[in-house]
Amino acid sequence: MIDAAAPVIRLQDFSKQFGLVTAVDRISVDFKEGEFFALLGPSGCGKTTLLRMIAGFETPSAGRMFLGTDDVTDLRPNRRPVNLMFQSYALFPHMSVRGNVAYGLEMERLPRAEIRRRVDEVLEMAKLSELTDRKPDRLSGGQKQRVALARALVKRPRVLLLDEPLAALDKKLRQEMQLELKRLQHEVGITFVVVTHDQEEALVMADRIALMRAGRIEQLGDPKTLYEQPATRFVADFIGVANFFDGTVAEGGILAPPHGVLRGAVPGELSQGDSATLTVRPERIFLKTDKPSEADNAVRGEVIDLAYHGSDVSVHLSVANITRHLVVRLSGEETYRPGQSVWCCWNPAHARILA
Amino acid sequence: MRSRRLHALLLATPGLAWLVIFMIIPCLIVFFYSFFERGTYGGIDYVFTLGNFARALEPIYLTIFLDSARIAGIATVIALLLAYPAAYAITLAPPGRQSRYLLLVMLPFWSNYLIRTYAWIVLLNREGLINRGLGGLGVIDEPISLLYNEFAVIVGLIYNYLPFVILSIYASLQRLNPEIREASEDLGAPAWRTFLRVTLPLTLPGVAAGGVFMFVLSIGNFITPDLLGGGRVHMVGTLVYDQFLSARDWPFGAALSMTLIAIMLLLLFLQAVLVNRAQRDRGTAHA
Repeated sequence: MIDAAAPVIRLQDFSKQFGLVTAVDRISVDFKEGEFFALLGPSGCGKTTLLRMIAGFETPSAGRMFLGTDDVTDLRPNRRPVNLMFQSYALFPHMSVRGNVAYGLEMERLPRAEIRRRVDEVLEMAKLSELTDRKPDRLSGGQKQRVALARALVKRPRVLLLDEPLAALDKKLRQEMQLELKRLQHEVGITFVVVTHDQEEALVMADRIALMRAGRIEQLGDPKTLYEQPATRFVADFIGVANFFDGTVAEGGILAPPHGVLRGAVPGELSQGDSATLTVRPERIFLKTDKPSEADNAVRGEVIDLAYHGSDVSVHLSVANITRHLVVRLSGEETYRPGQSVWCCWNPAHARILA
Repeated sequence: MRSRRLHALLLATPGLAWLVIFMIIPCLIVFFYSFFERGTYGGIDYVFTLGNFARALEPIYLTIFLDSARIAGIATVIALLLAYPAAYAITLAPPGRQSRYLLLVMLPFWSNYLIRTYAWIVLLNREGLINRGLGGLGVIDEPISLLYNEFAVIVGLIYNYLPFVILSIYASLQRLNPEIREASEDLGAPAWRTFLRVTLPLTLPGVAAGGVFMFVLSIGNFITPDLLGGGRVHMVGTLVYDQFLSARDWPFGAALSMTLIAIMLLLLFLQAVLVNRAQRDRGTAHA
């Protein structure tokens, strides 16, 4: 059995400068054996540069990379037991599906029979057995994606890097492939490191997520932690939908006029009078027409409009001291009309106070 | 639909008219001449004959055709070997600088072909820069003959047409998604195997276009063998020139020209077939 906690790759103070721009800024992170890791962030946050450095296509300006205990920082891409699935898939247009998948094994100069066996095996797993003789331009987007995946997996890399693997697919197929990728990763037991800008994708697929911002990791944790316990306003805002109240730290919460004190756990590093933000998720808020109980936080709001999603309804309300609208997510059985005045309430335990 | 076709026709008319008047009609005239007998004092006697073509295949003239093909072939191979690395090097430069390098490649075209060819006479002759330089360095005792031989002709042809070959290969390298080369490296290929198995096969259409272009322009060339060959190197171009202007045998010159044109068309056709096939293989690779 593989040790689930052992790091397969360790990055130490990894940095990349492009001229005056710091694309990646002293990142240290361990990728564990057999985990599904997501590098998440907005475009330009350095996630793709980081991935390309791990693959060996960019040389870090500073920092080291270890594979197990070996320092592989200076190895060329063709010498690293790491494979990259490109965003464009980068299939060889002049080779058939089989030719594409066999290529990496031919480079290892394996015996023909073994190449054939391993290629067949992977083609089967990727459900490509019917398409072995097709050229890439005769494949659909989803099929190309599977060929790219098969081509990388057949090498049995220690780590598979995936650069926006689902970005080129349409929404329905993307959701299917999220689960498919997760299933495949589980089956082969290889560490996957996926780069994505899509928070939903990261939440669905990853065991752990590193949310990046301006070349640094803003928060690293499992999806639930990132969603429920965002460390910063940026994290709360990037992952899912969040409502923010700005105010100053007070006894047992923040003072956010005109709502008075909104209660919540104040983190230790904040002291009274510091400016702070209280954040609460849309699904944690419920609406009431009459005065709520003392136990909950409550603010007055006026319904602006409702967005029907099928399974639930998003209600947008205008509330004092909120930059955008307050968003509340309801199960869909309650009905409200625009213009209606309501109380928006939530349990203080579901609120988070951030610096 | 109809008005669009009409627009296209209107836009194409000036260019088409130019081609018809200055290309197709003269070619047709030469084509007709090739089937008649020569006049006693030059010009044409309008008596139908196939004798001109029969004569073009006589050993003495066939040899010149084969020599021309050999010289053009050598020049083409060397030009491709020089052009590919140059084109590759340009694609490796930062995008902003690539157009500057391409401009440098095209720079010789700012001066006249004839003048550039004369410049080679200055460089290659017995008292020329190269002989003096080598002599000064003590590499040679006697001046070596660099001029008025096949070597000089080949050098001249390569010099003149290399830019076209570089541009043609550059264009096909430029179209290649760089991630495809990276994918090859990522899958374990060292640089030379990436080149042989991925880069070269995918840029063959550009190589073929540049090569055919080079060969066609070389085999029919007249100025370079005339000036740098100094009358000692005979190629089809000089032969045609002699028939029209010295021997005053227009019908035979016309027949030689037609044979040359036929060879060129065949090559261009083969190249088109090759490019078509490559495109069918690659499909969307241009995107």
